[in-house]
Amino acid sequence: MLEKWKSRPLYQPLLLGAVTLLASASLAWAASATREAIARAEERDLRDALAQVLPEGFADNDLAAASAGVDMGAAAPVTVYRARRAGVVEGAVFEVSGKGYGGEIVILMAVDKAGTLLGVRVLKHTETPGLGDKIEAKKSGWIDNFAGKALGTAAWAVKKDGGDFDQFAGATITPRAVVEAVKKGLETFARHKAAILGESS
Amino acid sequence: MSTNAATLVRDGLWNNNVVFAQMLALCPTMAVTTSGANGLGMGLATTAVLLVSNVLVALIRGIVSEQARIPVFIVLIASLVTVVDMALNAWLHELYKVLGLFIALIVVNCAILGRAEAFASRNAVAAAFIDGLSMGIGFTLALVVIGLIREMLGSGTLFAQASQLLGANFAFLETRLHDRGGALLMILPPGAFAAMGFLLAGKRVLDERLAPAR
Repeated sequence: MLEKWKSRPLYQPLLLGAVTLLASASLAWAASATREAIARAEERDLRDALAQVLPEGFADNDLAAASAGVDMGAAAPVTVYRARRAGVVEGAVFEVSGKGYGGEIVILMAVDKAGTLLGVRVLKHTETPGLGDKIEAKKSGWIDNFAGKALGTAAWAVKKDGGDFDQFAGATITPRAVVEAVKKGLETFARHKAAILGESS
Repeated sequence: MSTNAATLVRDGLWNNNVVFAQMLALCPTMAVTTSGANGLGMGLATTAVLLVSNVLVALIRGIVSEQARIPVFIVLIASLVTVVDMALNAWLHELYKVLGLFIALIVVNCAILGRAEAFASRNAVAAAFIDGLSMGIGFTLALVVIGLIREMLGSGTLFAQASQLLGANFAFLETRLHDRGGALLMILPPGAFAAMGFLLAGKRVLDERLAPAR
């Protein structure tokens, strides 16, 4: 009986429709079952990253909850996390991005209210493994060189270009992109300082 | 096609290995085998999906018509991978951060559709289960071997960062052979082709040597 039906033209859309309906239902169920856990995991990631760029004890507030969208002249507002100590804003953490050898490099940087870097971490990149990936904190200590530097106190280029930052053997484009992106981030900070720190201007 | 369990296992692991005999799934094979740990992660994730998709396809094979089978299998596999992706992201988040990129790639892994079409849609659930498991393990072995060769020659390590994938208990796997680095080419795409080519040739030679004995 079924065998005869299975070759009929009408059977095909009915079968495919039923399978698609069941698949969609299970996807909807899985999405709602995992939504909260995924949001929690992503928030934990964010807290980890924030804890890495800020020195211990620098802030006493919950940074992940102290976010605000700030218009920095870009197309979309940039999310800024404000670090407060005893209620006073002492610094801010925000993302910048640069164009590396293999694509976009997303960088998280923390700046104190005077414009000095507290810490920098690369969140996402697609640079060449073994060459450009030394920008990751777990591969080398290069990224820690940024802490303590400010716009006026360092030459913001790699050594090959006459600056203060080491390039890697066989890879100049990647560190150059990171240095440039961080420099641009500091310049943006200087331009929009009041808005970033949330002070009424 | 035989459904004898021992034959199925031998087929999956060696005779009809996904990578070295069927030459399927070469895209993820080349792309992720920059290290042994990466290959292992991709292999295990693929094995899980292959196992479940084989069982599901074998279960519904009675109602699936000849004409509509390919889109039905694709809908099934794509949904399955998406569910696995979300579940890993939610409950095994650390593993997901390492594997995240590979999971979505499993959808386009033609080995999964290949097994659904060539085996699971024609065999009972138990046989499909064994086939999925042994094909998956065979795929994992191939990826780990290619990954280890590339890693050894390219960066002088074995199973680097395996503990990120398997947990801190497996840190003993991580071996540093020397500190001189290595031939970067082996980590880059050409290294994948080179390693794959030599392994393929090696398997052919071995098979030919073994042939008269059988």
